Amino acid sequence: MRRQFPVLRRSINGRPLVYLDSAATAQMPEAVCLAMARWNKEQKSNVHRGMHVLAEESTVAYEDARTAVQKFLNAAHPDEIIFTKGCTESINLVARSWGETHLQEGDAVVLSMLEHHSNVVPWLQLKDRKGSDVLWMDIDEDGMPKLDDLKKHLKTGRVKLVAITALSNVLGIAPDLKTIIAMAHDAGAWVLIDAAQAIAHMPIDVQDLDCDFLAFSGHKLYGPTGIGVLYGKRKLLEKMPPFLGGGMMIRSVTQEGFTPADLPGKFEAGTPPIAEAVGLAAAIEWMQQYSWEDIQAHEQELLRFAIDNLRLIPQLHVLGTDGKSQIINHKSPIVYGCLSFTLDSVHPHDLTEILGRQGIALRAGHHCCMPLHTKLGIPASTRLSVGIYNMKEEIDVCAQAIVDAQKKLHT
Amino acid sequence: MDLYAENILDHYRHPRNKGQGPLAKGQAVITHMEENLSCGDTVTIHLSIKDDCITEISWDGTGCAISQAAMSLLSEELQGKTLSEVESLTPQNVYDILGVPIGPRRVKCALLGLHVLKNTLRMKERKELQGWNETVGND
Repeated sequence: MRRQFPVLRRSINGRPLVYLDSAATAQMPEAVCLAMARWNKEQKSNVHRGMHVLAEESTVAYEDARTAVQKFLNAAHPDEIIFTKGCTESINLVARSWGETHLQEGDAVVLSMLEHHSNVVPWLQLKDRKGSDVLWMDIDEDGMPKLDDLKKHLKTGRVKLVAITALSNVLGIAPDLKTIIAMAHDAGAWVLIDAAQAIAHMPIDVQDLDCDFLAFSGHKLYGPTGIGVLYGKRKLLEKMPPFLGGGMMIRSVTQEGFTPADLPGKFEAGTPPIAEAVGLAAAIEWMQQYSWEDIQAHEQELLRFAIDNLRLIPQLHVLGTDGKSQIINHKSPIVYGCLSFTLDSVHPHDLTEILGRQGIALRAGHHCCMPLHTKLGIPASTRLSVGIYNMKEEIDVCAQAIVDAQKKLHT
Repeated sequence: MDLYAENILDHYRHPRNKGQGPLAKGQAVITHMEENLSCGDTVTIHLSIKDDCITEISWDGTGCAISQAAMSLLSEELQGKTLSEVESLTPQNVYDILGVPIGPRRVKCALLGLHVLKNTLRMKERKELQGWNETVGND
């Protein structure tokens, strides 16, 4: 497995790379690098625009990628898959296109305290422009969004959309999406799922979930940067106006106006990220050689091991899973993908800088979740995230390095 | 050279001129706070100024070893400095005082103290506060 990832052969300052930052971006297997290189070397051509052989091959490859994503998410139709440049653009597309036309002053969007800024700021921008409200679901002691808050907000009758993460990029906690979606639908609100983190750690079936929109990025799914996906139910996407204007998104243009193209072209103005779509399809194909059962068992073992080991370090508090933590007392410590922690009197930037010099890659800061960190009463935390390629030995190396760094800074 | 050199760690563990609150009874003290939002570091400075000279300095703050050590080291330099000397302090002066290599990711840590210092003086003179770009020297 590890041999398939070229970057994992790297050493930094004479030590092997210990990459525990897959929640920021996951590394790409050789198969993905090769698929992209092959397209770039042998097939590079624009899509849907030429009649020549390269254009034909490119168009087929791009549309095959769409079908691969459709199957991966179990979407009903390929034209429900819109390619964007990333999860952030996907959410912004919904905020701009759907939000501008469907939200009026006084309408509300519900968010949870777990949200990443990419699922917060587009709705705050809309609040500034349209006068729509942003209502928050606080989190309970287990780190789960409070369903009582959702119920209370839905009762106002003003909620048009619930936008919620499928997996916290800080706490590793997965909200109960099915319940939330059912509650929202009962109250006549649509639901957007931010699957940026979840996409690489749990199976997602959009028809089973019955979500209305779902967004993710390719690069967290062992694919390339520069490509993201927006899934939307066809009947919703059809009623939404185009987001960006340009080529590909039109049926016809006159001096006076234009008619937009059908789905999915309507939302894909300009030359799309074709090599990246090919890379994303290769990443999905590559991942599907492993079962979700095996991936989850492996990652659960790693995270369990990490929690057990980090907890032994004095003054270290794992957010959301540490019984002694004042911050959240997590009763059912099941986390996916990542965990975050604080270390008394050691700043996350010092810790990650010192570990970084030993080849250990962790993420420090507020992880683009300032509302959550404010709620937890901490300015920043350090995050350890795992991928399909990590090993227990790496967690050991990391835990020892944390102890050493603590000593270095305070003795 | 290691960013966490013994000198830096010493100032981090035992910061100088820290935590004494506003000083100089009966004398005008000017106080200002700045923070680095991306990491939550904060530094507050209290300056006593007489005849355009810094007579006393005290500061408080929380944050990483670099931001706190830099403020500690800077505070030692400030005793007795004239305001025009303080105004002409540059990022390079701070890097020289620190004496360790500051990479691009740590520039704002290293310069938080300078940033709050410059803005303390601007506040005193009722001038518009300067932004990070100006402190870092990007303007």
